[in-house]
Formats: sequence, structure tokens, C-alpha cells
Amino acid sequence: MAAQTRPKKPIRWHIGVFLAPAVLVYTAIMILPLAGTLQLSLFRNIEQSQVFVGLSNFRTLFGDPNWSVNFWNALRNNVWFFIIHMLVQNPIGVLLAALLSSPRLRFAAFYRTAIFVPTILSFVIVGFAWKLILSPIWGVAPHLMDFVGLKSLFTPWLGKEQYALTALSLVSVWQFVGIPMMLIYAALLSIPDEVIEAAECDGITGMAQFWKIKLPLILPSIGIISILTFVGNFNAFDLIYTAQGALAGPNYSTDILGTFLYRAFFGFQLQVGDPNMGAAIATMMFLIILAGVCVYLFLVQTRLRRYQF
Amino acid sequence: MTTKLLTALLIGTSILGTTGIALAEDVTLNIESWRGDDLTIWKDKLIPAFEAKNPGIKVVFAPSAPTEYDAALGAKLSAGSAGDLITCRPFDKSLELFKKGNLADLSSLPGMDNFSPVAKAAWQTDDGKSSFCVPMASVIHGFIYNKDAFDKLGLKVPTTNEEFYAVLDKIKADGTYIPMAMGTKDLWEAATMGYQNIGPNYWKGEEGRLALIKGEQKLTDPQWVEPYKELAKWKPYLGDGFEAQTYPDSQNLFTLGRAAIYPAGSWEIGLFNTQAQFKMGAFPPPVQKAGDTCYISDHTDIGMGLNAASKHPEEAKKFLSWVASPDFATIYANALPGFFSLNNTPVKMEDPLAQEFVSWRGKCKSTIRSTYQILSRGTPNLENETWVESANVINGTDTPEAAAKKLQDGLDSWYKPAK
Repeated sequence: MAAQTRPKKPIRWHIGVFLAPAVLVYTAIMILPLAGTLQLSLFRNIEQSQVFVGLSNFRTLFGDPNWSVNFWNALRNNVWFFIIHMLVQNPIGVLLAALLSSPRLRFAAFYRTAIFVPTILSFVIVGFAWKLILSPIWGVAPHLMDFVGLKSLFTPWLGKEQYALTALSLVSVWQFVGIPMMLIYAALLSIPDEVIEAAECDGITGMAQFWKIKLPLILPSIGIISILTFVGNFNAFDLIYTAQGALAGPNYSTDILGTFLYRAFFGFQLQVGDPNMGAAIATMMFLIILAGVCVYLFLVQTRLRRYQF
Repeated sequence: MTTKLLTALLIGTSILGTTGIALAEDVTLNIESWRGDDLTIWKDKLIPAFEAKNPGIKVVFAPSAPTEYDAALGAKLSAGSAGDLITCRPFDKSLELFKKGNLADLSSLPGMDNFSPVAKAAWQTDDGKSSFCVPMASVIHGFIYNKDAFDKLGLKVPTTNEEFYAVLDKIKADGTYIPMAMGTKDLWEAATMGYQNIGPNYWKGEEGRLALIKGEQKLTDPQWVEPYKELAKWKPYLGDGFEAQTYPDSQNLFTLGRAAIYPAGSWEIGLFNTQAQFKMGAFPPPVQKAGDTCYISDHTDIGMGLNAASKHPEEAKKFLSWVASPDFATIYANALPGFFSLNNTPVKMEDPLAQEFVSWRGKCKSTIRSTYQILSRGTPNLENETWVESANVINGTDTPEAAAKKLQDGLDSWYKPAK
């Protein structure tokens, strides 16, 4: 219809039309809720009506020890959760990808699938399965450790303050190690053969080839993975919730920002939810993630460019 | 094809039409509830019993999932589509609905005087002047034990603390059974089955609970710290790796016959009866010295109120009066052993374990969980903190005194008792 009444200098409607679905959907399901959350965090429910209180909720969050202690504890735990992922998940992912891309490896497709499968499992299944595996009563972990004579090293990890968070981080690593592996694997495959051949002509083979040629070429992918891990970890909630419950026991040792937000926003048992304080925590999570992404974009990624072709 | 469809449609409308007429003659009352498990009991036993006596009133039990109940009910109430009768959560959640005007005042409902003040406390305003839900059932705390194991080891049911630990020591020395099935992983077990179970004997039930609300007692007072000291002593009697033992783990350990004593709530009776292959008995929380008055946690858990916007308030009140009657109590308590009627008229129950639990009402004084009324309204939430600290005390990561101090400090930060 529009084509028939086309003006002389055509306005390029199609750009708007093609962009519209994505923009509309994204606005409706991402930007509006985000703005709503930010707005909610500036209000407080007084006498059954929402009253604008400025930054007062944030003052409570950081100034009132009842909130701030929990907040800093959750943030600290979250940072530890992230560190474990960066130190364990991503190096293992790179290692697996390097092994998989080796042309001499047989059954590569099988390994690739097997390692990736946990990623598509539901958190509920993962949390429940690992709770059972590590259970001191019915779990296979104590028995398996008994077989190899390490029974004395077994403790109820999920129930001990000093181990629970690390144990859960490793469960999460187990679940998600497939993602860095896949991304790095793809990056390794996309390295042009000419580069590798040139390296071989220069006598760089084996480990040296990996460190000197391949690793620099996959650094941008590692950067992407780091930022994905960062965003994923600071938004994490499900695994802790399914394995430890909303109170993230023992003694809040596995409490991360997600579970802290959940309790504040929706309440728990007799605790009545406080959407305004919840929104304040959500805003802080948003700012933390935003800061992390900015650091990556402006400091790390600009430097990574010089490695690209 | 088309004719067939048309006929089918016509038949369909005619059937629907006639049922519409049939319903229009009667008044239909809808019950909102989170107890989906009870659907068959309502449908097969309770509702027919009521309808037989009250022709012209039809009752429909329409439960939603427990986790969605509060949110769904709130949405329905504000949209005006909620049922006539509303199943009440205890304390603040229902009080909030009453304050918003969603629940009608039932203080003068015939049958309300069938209940004791403790029973009604869960659904009253803070001053105790208005009641807004009919109490339906409570759960009682105590210990369930494996009778076969006790017989085999020649143990007697303990009544005092001293005997209690003597029994535990003997079970531990024998080694066949884990003395006590409880874990701290889920936190609430330690608080609900531990602290709130044995505590009333120390803080003297209602006396201590009300004094705490009035601000006359503190959680750091000896009668409130003492239960924590007892909990700390439980640690060696729990199974290996109790720190990671969940609530279902504890249930299974006991019903599989691997543990001898289970700190319980009476709601377990139904499940245990079907799962355990051995004889079971129960004893109330042991007292400090022989001859002391015993106190039990007889916690009000479920009630029923009237939607203030109901179109048939008279019929709904008739139903509520029936819920307050001994007739209802008898059917309900027998269908759900372990959920005890709060009615003053004693109810005859068939289940021996349930009988044992309810018999304690005669010799002990009843109270409700100390953290539920008023004290869990602020931040930090006293109930949640009690979960965490009870688990900490048993795990040995906090001393009883430190735990009590943390709880009191948290409470002090927002709770100012009315003088």
C-alpha cells in the first residue's frame, strides 16, 4: 500500500519498520522493567501509598547495619563466586577446547556433547542432583571416596560454612564449563591454516604454538567469556536457591546478591517482602554489572583489538 | 460434519444451560485455600456433611498452590473475584488482609466461644478485640520415637532432661541406631523442631512469650538462652554429616528405622504412618526436673475467614459457624491425623499417635511459637534469624549466648514494645 503513494524523495520507512519489532519488544520486556525497578527504588511504601523518598532506601541499604552487613556479605560471596569461575571454569574451558581441537583426538564430537550437556540442564536438576551426590547419608561421594581410601577427607561440604560456597561454585563450574569450551573451540577452529603453517615453517610447534600463536588469537574470545561469566555470576540465584534455600545457609555463607534480593523483594516465611528495598538492591546489582561491563568495554576490549586480523 | 458439530454444540449449551439454572437456585460458596492436599477430604467428607444439613447451600473447595496462594489471593481480592471463604494463614498475613478490609470481623460469630484465647490469638488484632478467622487446626511439637528400638534396648520414655540424655547416651553406646534424626542444612528444622519444641518448658509458654512481646523479658535472659544450651548438647547425638542433612533426609532416616528419636511436629503423623514399618510412640519435650509443669508448642496453623466482599455473607457465616462446631472438628481431625482441632470440646480421634500428641493438652500448658506474633514484622526478621542461629548453635559455630545476643540486638533495632 505504502509503495503506491511513494514520495519523490523516499523516506526510508523500511529501516524503522525493520527495527520496530526488536525495539518494541526490547523496550517492553527489558527497558521498561529496568526503568520501573530504578523508579521503585526511589519510593517507599508509607501508609499503603508509594511516597518518593529520594536515595533514602540506599542510605538504609548502606547505613543501617541490618541491611549493610548482609549486603557486603552477599557482595563478598558473589566476588568469591566469580573468582572461582574465572580461575577454574575458564582455564578448564580453554584447556578442553585446546584438547578438542587437536586433530589427533578421536571421539571429539562425543566429548564435546558430553561436556556441554550439563549446561542445558535445569538448575533445579543440577542443584538437586549435586545435593544428593554430596549427601553424607545417601550420596555417592562418600562411597566413591571410600573406594580410593580418601573417606577421611569427606565432610558434609554443603553444610559447612567454610566450604559451602566454594562447593557450590564448583558445581556451577561443572554445569557451565561447556560454554567457554564451545566459544574457545569455535575461535580455535577459525584461526586460518596459513597462520599455523607459517608458524610451523618457523619451527613453532606443540605447546609453544599454543602459547605464542593460538592463545593471542583467542584472547578476544576469552575476554567475551570473562564478561559473560561476570554478568552471569552477579545475576546468579537459581543454584543457591535450589541447593541451599532462600536463606542461603549455613549462616548466610552462600548468600549472594541474587538470594539477598529475593528475600528482600519477595519476603520469606514470616518476612514480608519489601519491593522498594528489593528494587534498591536490584539497582545496585545493575550498577555493579554496568561498571564491570564498562571496565571491559573501555579498558580491555580496546586493547584486544590489535590482535585481530 | 457441520450438522454434527452444530448438534454437539446445541446439546452442549443445553446441558450447560440447565446446570446454570440448577446452580442459580442454590447459593454457591467458594473456598480459597492453599491446602491442595486436602481436596479429597473436603470433597468427599466435609462438604457433603455440611450440605446434608444445610440444603440450598453449595460449597466448592478451590485450592491454589501453597507458594502462589498469598499472591494469587491478594490479586483476586483486589479484583473482586476471590471466593466467599478464605483460608487464613496465621498472624500478620491475615491481619494485613483484615486491616485492608478484605476480611470481615467475626468476633460475634456463633461458635467463636468454642475456642480458647490462645487458639484465637493467631487471628486477632494486636489488642485482641476483633477476631477475623475461625481457628481450624494446630500442630503440636514433641518427639516421635521408634518403639521397637526402645523395646530392644530396654529404654523407658524419658520425662526429664536427665532421663532424655541418659536415653540418648544408651542409644549412642549401643550403636545400632542414630540417636536423633535431625539435620541443620534446611535451618528451620533446628529452629522449629529444636528451639520452638523444647523452648516453652524454659520460658514457661505463654507467660514468657507475652512477656517478650511486652518487652519485660529479653532473648538474652536465662530462660531464653537455656534452650540453646540444650540444643548445643544435641550435636553428638545427631547422625554423621548432619550439617548437610536435609529435612527429607531426617524423615527418611527415621522412617527407615535407622534413627531412634525424631524431634517432630504432629503433621508428620500421616506420612510416618504410611512409611514406617515399626511401632511408633511419642513423648512431649522433657521437663527440667521431675514434677515441673510441662509446656507444649500447640501452634495455630490454619483458620478460615469471610471475604468482606462476599455476596452471600449470611450463608458463609452459617458455614463458618459449622467450621467452629465439634462436628467439623471430628471429621477434620480424623481425616488429617496430626492437624488437631482447636475446639474446646475434645475430639475423639482414632489414630493412636495423634491421640498421644493431643493428650498432652490435658497435662501440659499450650503455647504458640514465640516468634510468630508481632515479633517478626521488622528487619531483621526474628523468625529467619532464629532459623539461622539455631542451626549455628547446633553446628557449634555460635555459642548459645552469642546467638541469643544476636537475636536480641536484631529485635532491639526495630521493635519498641508498647509501654
